[in-house]
Amino acid sequence: MDEKTEAVIELGEYLAAKFPTEIVEKTVALGELDVIVDAQSITRVAKFVRDDANCLFKLCVDVCGADYPDREKRFDVVYNLLSLKHNLRLRLKVQTDEETPVPSVSGIWPSANWFEREVWDMYGVFFTEHPDLRRILTDYGFEGHPLRKDFPLTGYVEMRYDDEQRRVVYEPVKLTQDFRKFDFLSPWEGMTPVLPGDEKATKEEGEGA
Amino acid sequence: MSAESIAESLGGKPEDPTIKTLTMNFGPQHPAAHGVLRMVMEMDGEVVERLDPHIGLLHRGTEKLIEYKTYLQSIPYFDRLDYVAPMCQEHAFVLAAEKLLGLEVPERGQYMRVLFAEISRLLNHLLNVPAYGLDVGAMTPMLWAFEEREKLMEFYEGVCGARLHAAYYRVGGVHQDMPAGMADQILAWADAFPKFIDEMESLLTENRIFKQRSVDIGIITPEDAMAWGCTGPVLRGSGIPWDLRKAQPYDVYDRMDFDIPVGKNGDCYSRYLVRVEEMRQSLRIVKQCLAEMPEGPVMTTDGKVGPPDRGEMKRSMESLIHHFKLYTEGFHVPAGETYTAVEAPKGEFGVYLVSDGTNKPYRCKIRAPGFAHLQAMDYVCKGHMLADSVAVLGAMDVVFGEIDR
Repeated sequence: MDEKTEAVIELGEYLAAKFPTEIVEKTVALGELDVIVDAQSITRVAKFVRDDANCLFKLCVDVCGADYPDREKRFDVVYNLLSLKHNLRLRLKVQTDEETPVPSVSGIWPSANWFEREVWDMYGVFFTEHPDLRRILTDYGFEGHPLRKDFPLTGYVEMRYDDEQRRVVYEPVKLTQDFRKFDFLSPWEGMTPVLPGDEKATKEEGEGA
Repeated sequence: MSAESIAESLGGKPEDPTIKTLTMNFGPQHPAAHGVLRMVMEMDGEVVERLDPHIGLLHRGTEKLIEYKTYLQSIPYFDRLDYVAPMCQEHAFVLAAEKLLGLEVPERGQYMRVLFAEISRLLNHLLNVPAYGLDVGAMTPMLWAFEEREKLMEFYEGVCGARLHAAYYRVGGVHQDMPAGMADQILAWADAFPKFIDEMESLLTENRIFKQRSVDIGIITPEDAMAWGCTGPVLRGSGIPWDLRKAQPYDVYDRMDFDIPVGKNGDCYSRYLVRVEEMRQSLRIVKQCLAEMPEGPVMTTDGKVGPPDRGEMKRSMESLIHHFKLYTEGFHVPAGETYTAVEAPKGEFGVYLVSDGTNKPYRCKIRAPGFAHLQAMDYVCKGHMLADSVAVLGAMDVVFGEIDR
């Protein structure tokens, strides 16, 4: 284990001790610390990791969403933080669903303002106390949240210039050919860790060594 | 007409003869907007009171598209983000995928990547520095720098066949080795290039008009630079010595000997000076790469990720099968997630990659440095003149390919 991973593990323990109830889960994988925080206490945790002398995560590098439709709380809001002082990265996560809003951290890191607007635009996660929660990347008057997994890749509308109306008009998407999704995932491919029947071979090998 | 009556006719109250702020549209088509940017400005006379950038006019849904593509098919999308320095974006993505795969890249491959990442940095600064000059009224550097950029793009073309959209980096290395004799060409160019920087600097650095337009314009304090998520030359221009190539080195950057230029005042002029010095430092890295580069493969020899040799495919059945599988199904990446960032010419370019163990990324969030910088425009431009906002925008180094994604 290298120095970086040790520092990250130490930081994880420190945070877990400070916030026993707020932190739902913490994991260290690939040398990166991943902390799942209860959604309603994110501002308190965020303020702490920004100002505490052992953390000083003064840079909010990125806030993004992720969609896991199978879960009850289907959305993740992921905060990637960077501490210049300690040269560490931290990933905070909160989980939410379509209805439950998440407190905004734009009062703590001004840079989160646009990032949260993007999460709202792309996933429809609502942020409370956000100063200016408008759509940011999609068109004026766009409907839907395009990065949700149930939003089709082709979208619902397409636009073209209409010669008669002399302006750009929206129309429902018409595909000349059905959208094809190539899967290529083969059921019998040997990339899965253990093939049925193979577990014996590796077990014996392990015992023999 | 007296001032009061003018104010009254404009709707103001006579006892409070203030004139309403004027809302002005800057863009979406404007030569100084560096692409398609619309800024709604609230002006008090010629002073900017509030500035609201409207972005997304170049939004192509890159992140959504990547979720439907294999890891190999995703790489070309990264060229189309920051199209001024394409290879640096690819670098972030392949590093993220390699981290999830736990893959080691052969040494020569790592050197090739660092070499071309630095050539990309030069490409970027060669566009940004003179374009900034153009924004504040200097025409000549732009014309000169494009000649140098063309030479660098010939190196791009030499290794991958494309001048701009390279798609050169691969998960596990780079696509192919340099053609014979190219190292000498790059070296010859690197020896001649400092003269160009000197010439360009002689036009700008001490130029009175240039300094009047950039010194003390758009000052960002170190604290605010961090709060607004600034990285790269903007952060360093504010006096914070932070560079991912030094702080969290990737590939063979830890073996390179180079300095990090840091600005003093955090104004547009500091950012300009930092970029010019970065060009000289990049040149040092390029020379070191060429001198130290060992012989060997440039692509991983792991047959499950790297494609087999063409000649091998004619003889070996396994190679043929591997080739077929790699170019249809692609390789599988173990489930997990990572945030991996590189020091792109514009700042920290990060990729938050979530894999679910299949051959396609489950989620790929692209963190573009320009996005955070443009967000700070309102804070930086407040109280400046209209013409200064153009200078601030130029010194931020924004490219809409990466901001709108």
